[in-house]
Amino acid sequence: MLERRVIVCLDVRDGRTTKGVRFVDNEDVGDPVAMARTYYEQGVDELVFYDITASAERRGIMLEVVRAVAAQVFIPFAVGGGIGSLEQMQAVLLAGAEKVSVNSPAVRNPRLIAEGAAAFGRQCMVLGMDAKRDPAMPSGYRVYIDGLRTATDLDALEWGQRAVELGAGEVVLNAIDTDGTQAGYELTVTRMLADRLPVPVVASGGAGSVEHVAEVLTDGHADAALVASIVHYGTCTVGDIKEHLAACGVPVRRE
Amino acid sequence: MSVAIVDYAAGNRTSVQNALRFLGADFTVASEPAALLDAERVIFPGVGEARAAMDDLARRGMDAALRAVSAEGRPLLGICIGAQVLLQYSAERDTTCLGLVRGRTVAFPEPSPGDGMKVPHMGWNQVRQDRVHPLFDGIRDGGSFYFVHSFYPCPDDDSLVLGSTEYGVRFASVYAAGNLAAVQFHAEKSGRNGLRLLANFLEWDGA
Repeated sequence: MLERRVIVCLDVRDGRTTKGVRFVDNEDVGDPVAMARTYYEQGVDELVFYDITASAERRGIMLEVVRAVAAQVFIPFAVGGGIGSLEQMQAVLLAGAEKVSVNSPAVRNPRLIAEGAAAFGRQCMVLGMDAKRDPAMPSGYRVYIDGLRTATDLDALEWGQRAVELGAGEVVLNAIDTDGTQAGYELTVTRMLADRLPVPVVASGGAGSVEHVAEVLTDGHADAALVASIVHYGTCTVGDIKEHLAACGVPVRRE
Repeated sequence: MSVAIVDYAAGNRTSVQNALRFLGADFTVASEPAALLDAERVIFPGVGEARAAMDDLARRGMDAALRAVSAEGRPLLGICIGAQVLLQYSAERDTTCLGLVRGRTVAFPEPSPGDGMKVPHMGWNQVRQDRVHPLFDGIRDGGSFYFVHSFYPCPDDDSLVLGSTEYGVRFASVYAAGNLAAVQFHAEKSGRNGLRLLANFLEWDGA
């Protein structure tokens, strides 16, 4: 039986993570490679790195991070953040990432998804989507881009369906309404996309406890749950999450 | 002890190289037939699709070189697409494959809404060990591995199936025929279980 995945997300700026960690003793706190290794040892199923480096010149630092992670961490991981060309995708994949995540550039140029899927396979192509509740939209949710600064005309469900047709093999759905609240994932939009899209849907935004993770993987129908603050700030470990999921009867990987 | 990693258009050699380096193995990357001559054993990785893989192997003369490795009894491990194209045929774009093992590669059934069987089969799933084999040394029965695929291998001879995985259907996720072994999952991305399986392959005499 396919297991539900727990994915840890790391935001990286200029080669350093932007959220601290309390649990990492004897390690360079803020070093994404050390953090990735720690989560790997705790049993995380997958990792996502978002490069939020502002300047294009410093992007090379991210590739160094990717190479170093790939040399030490033997689980799949994705890289996202500002990837807008096939060349950038190829560089990240050759450095050792399994997947690339595209968001705003794919909204502006949807062909990017089709071209990436044709060149590298749809299993490599992850659509990152930021969605916010909006009764004016057919599905009730609107897509935002540019780090939530720009509202688009896109309906979340329609955009998800279109992206899958173009070649996205997975969708990471970040719910803006719950992101940062630590009050639980947005179950309605997660369930809608997970039920309607023929590819895995990763829920993101709102995890504050192990119970929230279990909730989105059961009631929310998500195929995977993305967590950040709760593990970075030591609310719980990946092991705690896995243990709780197993106790709830959610199939999870335990080596 | 030298291992050659087959390098071709569908190869995902970066991850395999990283895993072998981590295991301390002495390896080379083989992109032409001559580079396979000296290898004691061969790892044949793959991502992408069967037709592109076969076309590129043929273009490089690697198909014949892999047949020679097979005939000479050197241990070979096919991974993902590598595991599929060892068989005779793949339904992926109606592709004639290497034919080193009798059997074919078929597609998962089309998913229907709400059945939870999304294709590609992507993520961690368990491998039931149907037979004892050195590749499984130190790995628990039912241990998890990382899969990404829309097609799966079906060797004709059921007795070749070492391990199987359930995803709508129960399919052969590990099989071996003499010196040829094959895993449908990405051992190089399957955490400790995957590293252990690769380490076991490096020790395996092919019998």
